[in-house]
Amino acid sequence: ASTLVVAEHEGGFVKPSSLSALAAAEAIAKENKISVLLGGSGPALHKAADHAASSHPLVSEVLLADSEALAHPLAEPWAELLHSVQQKGGYSHVIASSTSFGKNLLPRAAALLDVSPVTDVTAIKEPRIFVRPIYAGNALCTVKYTGEDPCMMSVRSTSFSPNTEAMSETKVAPITQVDLSFLSEGKSKWVNLTSQDTERPDLANARAVVTGGRGLKSAENFKLLEQLAEKLGAAVGATRAAVDAGYVPNDLQVGQTGKIVAPELYMAFGVSGAIQHLAGMRDSKVIVAVNKDADAPIFQVADYGLVADLFEVLDELLKKIPDKK
Amino acid sequence: MKILVAVKRVVDYAVKVRVRPDRTGIETANVKMSMNPFCEIAVEEALRLREAGAAAEVVAATIGPAHSADTLRTALAMGADRAVHVLHDPDPVRPLLPLAVAKILRAVALQEKPGLVILGKQAIDDDCNQTGQMLAGLLQWPQGTFASKVLLDKEKQKATVEREVDGGIETICLDLPAVITTDLRLNQPRYATLPNIMKAKSKVIKKVTPEELNVDIRSDMEVIEVNEPPKRKAGIILSSVDELLDKLKNEARVL
Repeated sequence: ASTLVVAEHEGGFVKPSSLSALAAAEAIAKENKISVLLGGSGPALHKAADHAASSHPLVSEVLLADSEALAHPLAEPWAELLHSVQQKGGYSHVIASSTSFGKNLLPRAAALLDVSPVTDVTAIKEPRIFVRPIYAGNALCTVKYTGEDPCMMSVRSTSFSPNTEAMSETKVAPITQVDLSFLSEGKSKWVNLTSQDTERPDLANARAVVTGGRGLKSAENFKLLEQLAEKLGAAVGATRAAVDAGYVPNDLQVGQTGKIVAPELYMAFGVSGAIQHLAGMRDSKVIVAVNKDADAPIFQVADYGLVADLFEVLDELLKKIPDKK
Repeated sequence: MKILVAVKRVVDYAVKVRVRPDRTGIETANVKMSMNPFCEIAVEEALRLREAGAAAEVVAATIGPAHSADTLRTALAMGADRAVHVLHDPDPVRPLLPLAVAKILRAVALQEKPGLVILGKQAIDDDCNQTGQMLAGLLQWPQGTFASKVLLDKEKQKATVEREVDGGIETICLDLPAVITTDLRLNQPRYATLPNIMKAKSKVIKKVTPEELNVDIRSDMEVIEVNEPPKRKAGIILSSVDELLDKLKNEARVL
C-alpha cells in the first residue's frame, strides 16, 4: 500500500489530528509507504515540513506545496492540489482527518478523481474494509470499498492515537516541493477567521473536557466552567442548546455536527443528553454527569452521576480541587 | 436568479433508531420519516433569499423512491415554487452514494441553471457530509460549506458566506454560481401552514430517472454489516461531591 496523508499544521508543527491520520495509515498496512502532503506558505510551513519528515517511521516523503493560494483552507485550490498529487503519485489510499478542513476538502477532491470517499472512519479492519458511525453513532456500519484507487477516507482522530514512541529521531524523510503551475485563479476568496484566543487545550485533543448545557443558564455562568477547566487543565465544551442560546461560540459545540471528543475525563453540567450530543462524547473514558433531573438521559451513559444543583456542585468542586500544579 | 435546493427524506431526528436483527441496516418499517433537518434549513434559506428579492424562483429536488415525494411536498408547502423528483429505488447493500447523488444533482443543475445550489451539510442518516462539496467539484463552482450566514450581492454576483469551522467562524466570498451547504445556526426553518400545504398540492413535481438524466449511479461501496455500538453501561449515582472526588481519584484515577 502507499498512502497520501493530507496534513494540517499550525505554528510550525503538524497538528495532532494529522498525527492521528498517520496512525490510521499505519493501521492500513504495517508496510505502508506514507507521503505527507503539507500546504500553505511562509516559514511556519517549512518548519512543519521538518516536523512531518520525522513524524512517523513509515513516512517516506513530505510533499511541500508552498503558495499564497494555499495559505488559507479554501477547498478549490486544495482540491486541485490533491487531485494533481494523486495523479502523479498513484497512491492506493488518501487519508485526511475529519476536521472542518478535511471534511470541506476531501469530498471535492474525490469528485474530481471520480471516487467515493469514506467519511469518519473509526476502525480499519482490512485495507479496504472500514467501520464508520451512522445515525449519530447509534449504529456502526462496516463498509467495503470496491472502487478504483485511491481509496479515500476521513478518519476520526479520537479513534487513532498517534504513536508518540514511533516519532523517530533518526529517520528523516526527504522533503520535495510540489509543482504548482496547474493552480488556476480561484472563484472564491478567503476574507477572515474570527476565533476566540484561549490558553486552554484544544477541545478535540484535550485530556479532560468540562461541558455545559442549557442548565448553565447564561454566558456569565460559563465562566464557572472555565474556572473548573483551568484547575483540571481541561477544555470547555458545550451542547448545541448552549451554543444556540448564545452562551458560547459555535466552536465549543460537542456532538453529531460539532466536535467529536474522547477524553480521559468528560464532565457534563446541566446537559440533558440528547442523542446528537451523546454522539460527540460517548467514547470518553470516564463520564461524569451533574444534573438536577434524575431522568436525564445523560445518566444512562455516565459512569458517575450526581443528581444535584449544578451551581452548588461547581462551587464545591472549585473549592475542593486544588489549582493545577 | 434561480435557487436549486436539494432535500433528503430520512428517519425523523427524534426517532431512536434500532439496528435490524439481521444486521443489514436499521429498522425503517413503521418509523416516522421527515425531511433531513439540514435540508429544511437549506429550503428556508432559499425562501428567505427569494423573499428578500435576491432570487426569483426556488426549485426543490430530491432523489429517492416514490415516498420521497412527501419530502418534496414539504418543501413546496414551506414555499418552494416547484420540484424535481429523481426516482430511484434504494438497494440496502449498495446504497446510493453521495458521488452518485452529486452527479444526478449536477445533471439537474445543468438543466435548471441555478445561480445558487443550497444543500444541507450532511444527512442525519448516513452522516456522510460529502454531497455539496462533490457537486461543487463536479460543476467546478466555488463552495461555501457549513454556512451560518449567507449574504448575496446581486449586482456583483457574489455570495459572502460565514462558515462554522473548527477554530471559529470563517468568512469567504464566492463568485456565483456557487454551492452552499447549511449548518445549524443559519436560520430557524418555518413550519408549513395549512393553506400552504393545500396550495402545495397543486404545485408541479417533475419526475425523471437517473437513466433519463444519463447519469451513472454505480456504487463503489458495499455495506457488509450494521451493528449496534458497544453499550456504555450506566454507572452509579453518587450522593456527594466528596464521593465524586474520591471516585475520580481512587477508582477512575483521572484526577
